[in-house]
Amino acid sequence: MNSAPDFSLERALPTPFHARTQAFNLEGRWSSWNGYLAAEQYFDAELEYFKVRNACGIYDISPMQKYHVSGRDAEAMLNRMVTRDVTKMRVGRVSYVLWCTGAGRLIDDGTIFRLAEDAFMLTCGSPSTAWLKKSAIGFDDLVIKDKSDDLAALSFQGPTSCAALRCMGLDGIEEVRPFEIRRFELGALRFMASRTGFTGDLGYELWVSAEDALALWDALYAAGEDFGIHPFGEVATNMLRLEAGFIMPGAEFNEALKTIRFEHDQTPFELGLDSMVDFKKPHFNGRTALLAESKRGPRVSLTKLDIEGNKPAAGSFIYNSKACRRDVGYVTSGIWSPVVKANIAFAMIESKHISGELWAHINYEKELRHYSKIARCQIKQSPFYAPQHAKLTPPADF
Amino acid sequence: MSFDAIVIGAGHNGLVCAAYLAKHGQRVLVVESQDRCGGLASQHEFHDGYRCANAQHVSHFPERISKDLNLVKHGFDGAYADIPLTWLNPDADGAHIALVDGHLSGVDAGEQAAYQQYRHLLRRIASMLAPFWLKTVPPIGNNHLSEMMSFAHLGLKMRALGKDDMREFLRIVALPIRDLLDEYFDHPGLKAMLSWDALIGSRQAPRSPNNSLLALLYRMADRSLTSARADSLICALEASARASGVEIRLSKRVERVTIEPRSECLCATGVELADGEHIEAVRVVSSADPKTTLLQLVGGDQLEIEFAGRINRIRDRGLVSKLHLALRTAPTFAGLEAPRGRFILAPMMDSIEWAFDDAKYGRIPQVPVLEVTLPSLADQSLAPAGGQVLSANVLYTPYAQADNWDDMTRQLLLARCLNVLEHYAPGLRDLVIGTELLTPVDLEVRYGVSGGHWHHGDIALDQLIMMRPTYGAAQYRTPISGLFLCGAGSHPGGDLTGIPGHNAAKEILR
Amino acid sequence: MKRYDAIVIGAGHNGLTNAAYLAKAGLDVLVVEKNDYIGGAAVSRELYDGWTYSNCSYVCSMMRQVLHRDLDLGRHGLMLIPYLGTINFGDAGNALISYHSKSAAYNELKRHSRHDADAKLRIRADLTRYALIIRKTLLRTPPDPAWMRIRDIRELLFLAKQFWSLGEKEIYEYVRFFTLSAADFLDEYFETDLIKASMASSGIIGTALGVHSPGSSYILLHHVMGDVDGNVGAWGLARGGMGAISKALESALRSFGGAVRSEAEVVRVLVRHGRACGVVLANGEEIHSKIVVSNLDAKRTFTKIMDKRDLPPGIFEKASKYKFHGSSGKVNIALDALPKFTGVPDNPYVNRGSQAYPGSMHTLERAFDCWKRGRFSDVPFIESVIPSAWDPTVAPPGKHWMSNFIQYCPAELSDGPWTPEKRDAFGQAVVERIEAYSPGFKDLILHMEVRTPHEIEQEVGLTEGNIFQGELTIDQLLFNRPFPGYAQYRMPVKRMYMCGSSTHPGGGVSSACGANAAREILLDLRKPSTVPEDDCDDE
Repeated sequence: MNSAPDFSLERALPTPFHARTQAFNLEGRWSSWNGYLAAEQYFDAELEYFKVRNACGIYDISPMQKYHVSGRDAEAMLNRMVTRDVTKMRVGRVSYVLWCTGAGRLIDDGTIFRLAEDAFMLTCGSPSTAWLKKSAIGFDDLVIKDKSDDLAALSFQGPTSCAALRCMGLDGIEEVRPFEIRRFELGALRFMASRTGFTGDLGYELWVSAEDALALWDALYAAGEDFGIHPFGEVATNMLRLEAGFIMPGAEFNEALKTIRFEHDQTPFELGLDSMVDFKKPHFNGRTALLAESKRGPRVSLTKLDIEGNKPAAGSFIYNSKACRRDVGYVTSGIWSPVVKANIAFAMIESKHISGELWAHINYEKELRHYSKIARCQIKQSPFYAPQHAKLTPPADF
Repeated sequence: MSFDAIVIGAGHNGLVCAAYLAKHGQRVLVVESQDRCGGLASQHEFHDGYRCANAQHVSHFPERISKDLNLVKHGFDGAYADIPLTWLNPDADGAHIALVDGHLSGVDAGEQAAYQQYRHLLRRIASMLAPFWLKTVPPIGNNHLSEMMSFAHLGLKMRALGKDDMREFLRIVALPIRDLLDEYFDHPGLKAMLSWDALIGSRQAPRSPNNSLLALLYRMADRSLTSARADSLICALEASARASGVEIRLSKRVERVTIEPRSECLCATGVELADGEHIEAVRVVSSADPKTTLLQLVGGDQLEIEFAGRINRIRDRGLVSKLHLALRTAPTFAGLEAPRGRFILAPMMDSIEWAFDDAKYGRIPQVPVLEVTLPSLADQSLAPAGGQVLSANVLYTPYAQADNWDDMTRQLLLARCLNVLEHYAPGLRDLVIGTELLTPVDLEVRYGVSGGHWHHGDIALDQLIMMRPTYGAAQYRTPISGLFLCGAGSHPGGDLTGIPGHNAAKEILR
Repeated sequence: MKRYDAIVIGAGHNGLTNAAYLAKAGLDVLVVEKNDYIGGAAVSRELYDGWTYSNCSYVCSMMRQVLHRDLDLGRHGLMLIPYLGTINFGDAGNALISYHSKSAAYNELKRHSRHDADAKLRIRADLTRYALIIRKTLLRTPPDPAWMRIRDIRELLFLAKQFWSLGEKEIYEYVRFFTLSAADFLDEYFETDLIKASMASSGIIGTALGVHSPGSSYILLHHVMGDVDGNVGAWGLARGGMGAISKALESALRSFGGAVRSEAEVVRVLVRHGRACGVVLANGEEIHSKIVVSNLDAKRTFTKIMDKRDLPPGIFEKASKYKFHGSSGKVNIALDALPKFTGVPDNPYVNRGSQAYPGSMHTLERAFDCWKRGRFSDVPFIESVIPSAWDPTVAPPGKHWMSNFIQYCPAELSDGPWTPEKRDAFGQAVVERIEAYSPGFKDLILHMEVRTPHEIEQEVGLTEGNIFQGELTIDQLLFNRPFPGYAQYRMPVKRMYMCGSSTHPGGGVSSACGANAAREILLDLRKPSTVPEDDCDDE
């Protein structure tokens, strides 16, 4: 071949922030998320993690899927689709939502932004166009637009995030309550901020048109310099969300529509998301099946575990006795938590064994020699890390 | 005022269902948008003094329903007999083939013998299946013992056929009708004639696998009543229903089924009419097609997403147009002395296949293939003295037409049909004093049948039995508590059988 | 005179597999082959100096890896290489490229439709679910539902259990899927015509069904249910051409002490006292054996090499009715250089080895309409593979050979029998279609071999050139294959068996038919089975 091969169709796409983020990605550690390049880590995942817990970090969430749903039937359509009551949402609010198949199996989770009485934005991790189209059957006054490529987004998280945004000139950002939206204009730069995130800490997500993405990045970076701003990647995100007790598709649950084997997906009750299912609202997808399950109780339960020792338990089997005769579950995600200083994990455990003893059978290695240990597990009811300042409005000074 | 049941639509299935419910002491109201009963089978005047119904013949109406509802007393003239079927030879000198009461004439002895073999095999299989048409077929999962018995029963019945027949059944059940007929016969006209009942109404041609044989077997259900006049059945059903106390309100269109959320599920509470009136009832039974019932009267938003999707995907685009001609005098078909019953105007299976090919691409056929009857022969009152009514099923005319069924397309189709008719009955064109062509779109608009499909959905393996119209609604119940289906879109399917209505009533009364 | 334990008629891959397993069990086995080369349709021949053509079958994904491993075919010289990056050309000059990389595949689909890119993830799950179940049946003998012997009941229960494991809704969806047309099936997922056409073309390969014919969705599955190293749906090339599979099988057979004799055409099976006891060759020679296994298709076996009087009444007629509906052709082309295609990037992942020309759903169906009328398609569906782009052993360096599979090409033309002129016209239609997407293609052609069903039948004995040895429609699948009552590899004559693709699980270079037949034979001989259980799936 004489000239350089043309890989324009094969290459994962750069996000609107790529021109900035690539400078940080010293080892070129990219993975692919919905066809876009996403940083696994920039240089040092632990540093990135502590930036968020200690100062502030930015995570490029542009590859998230973003759908605008508008029209007179928009509310009804979304309300039929998700398990929470959308009619109770006020304009300018955000709500974490789940949507299920008719059999009550979780398709995906995401957030709904109520932009106006008849306009919503739905965000989620993987493409949902086909499901949205299916869900729209029977609704007439409805427009669904996929804005995923048009909207860039940054997750800006950490105790100094509010101060940095204030410094950037976002007047009134401190008044924004959790799950609230506010629009801002800085000169020609217009964007939307929501007090949402995936880290359990104080934090915001900024939504901007793709062409204004770099301008937003630059403004944010200039303001954040004194507050310890730093980009973080997927590895740090996974640690942060686990500490905060957030589930992740592909780890805690398999998306129902992409599940091959019968019931290898999960229900909201199995994932401990009971409060996200509102049986008081009349009709939503999966209601009958979920109602039956809520009476019966879930077969398995996602459980937060504090495991003795310091060997991360990812992939371990859970047993109901130290003798490890019968496995009653398995760990879906597990890390050593640097802030809690604990060996934490999510595990999917048969509900009838939750009340008894739980032991994890952990495999680990030291210098290529492999070991295993049986570690006692303790159930945690609340998130492993839930700092007070994350909830205050206005946020406390760090 | 409140009813035990409101039946939407006074088609034959709606009337059967209503009559059964009323006989069991229920207060039943039937609401019909037309000004008469009968739905697609009702008669209308299409030309001054000329009347016709879209459905002409009753061919496999079960004896049981007739007895239960006392239809003979109410004027039904059904008898056990096949309606004569004639294949018209396009060659003016050629012999026609007639099939009367299971006897074939116009072909050689070899073909006749082959026909007897063929007929007996199909009869044996048809009678094996017959009991299952008049029955609710349970779903596959989580069965109660009684439901499992239903499957065991089918298994035993199949075994009772004997090894050879059972194997042959399992082989031919999905065979394209062309392959099956090729195995038995040589005469192209005979094959075209025999393939007709396997094909008409659904989207399939002689070469289409999987679906045609079941349609044929369904039409061969054992010991059924035949009448040359659909009209007599409708009148008898209406009379029987009224006699049992059913109230029938005509010219009232149901706008929607009213639904109320209960803690367990959504519940149908009645219907709202187009004029705004609201009528309450313990349950609502719809003889409208599943798509109309669930996506329009109920609304897709009241259903689960997958279920609405499954209803939406029902293949119910009709391919048959109805042609009605008002004739000055009786037409003369070349070489045919006393026209009786049905005539197939399709020289061979390929003619049917080519007509289908045009329709596949959304075009009317170059040469339509026709099934023709002269209903006024059996009922002189349909036409003024001396006149005759000719009614034809025209295959294949796609619902979604490349040219949206504009006037030109209609004229073209009409002209092509008349060309075909003229070929078989020279001089017929000059006898025509009035025409009516009802395309699938017309049938949809006039009778409110989605897609203008007289079966309310193709008779096809994936839309039959516990998948008719789709799982989750195949036992006449719907996900909306108190809302039932009783139309042709439910098991076992269309044609003037009343079976869905009967089965639905049984299910409701259970 | 020597009497063999078993004679296998036909050295196709299933015949060789069957013989290998019989030899492995200690039987003295002879495979007889009419041609002077072995392999049947899994064959590579050097018709031109330096070029090794896979004249008939050209890619492979159904080969059961458990057999590959068990017969140690790797040691006998077989290597299967997955190939990637098919370009699907649309009528409007647009193209859809299929990638193995999830990310690239998603972006490529998204380029055509966001909705369909999402839907593709869903259809993948659904098709994999369907495929997993069928795959479990491949190395099993189908039950005979009319018999109720313990084995039949056991196999029926096995099937029932597999279906049950789908859950109620998916059982319905599965049944539905089986009976649908590819078009109806795909309509539920996709809105873009080229995406549908690209997938639907799998539903017509080798069969006389159109994309709108009910039943074509199963054929689609038949083509995506294979795997290469556990990647369900991937296709592979055999290094050295498809003949390498046959050579490896032959080598395995010989290592177990079996023998192969070529240029030995069987004209009749000897039957005495209702038992098969040998074969008669074209030269009049008789070879005797205790059992006879036919790798020929069912129709050939029953109507060509059996004496009708040796068969119970009715069987001959049943066999004559067995459907082929020959519908495929093959054009093999030697090229001076790798062809370039317009409108697609030029890099090692695309524009290398594989192109398909579905055009559109409309074009595909039109191509079928031609077949129905007894003509070859004027705008045919072509699946091209250029094995030399991966495999350095099949063409001289810098030169290439291209395998083109064509749908549809009828076995019988409406205007009289095939002639060399008609054959060349067919070849020309194919070349013209490729030229339209690859200007200058014609000038690269060094030589060309055109194979209509007529040639395929003459050369390798596939009746009507049907690549599956008989249509894969419901009436000829599972316990109906080749026909009811004889789906368990046994023939109505004692000591005589079938092992070709006319038997379950049907066509494709899978070796499954041959292995299953061997298991049944050894069962009858009361010998321990040498055929491994399938372990392809994780459950």
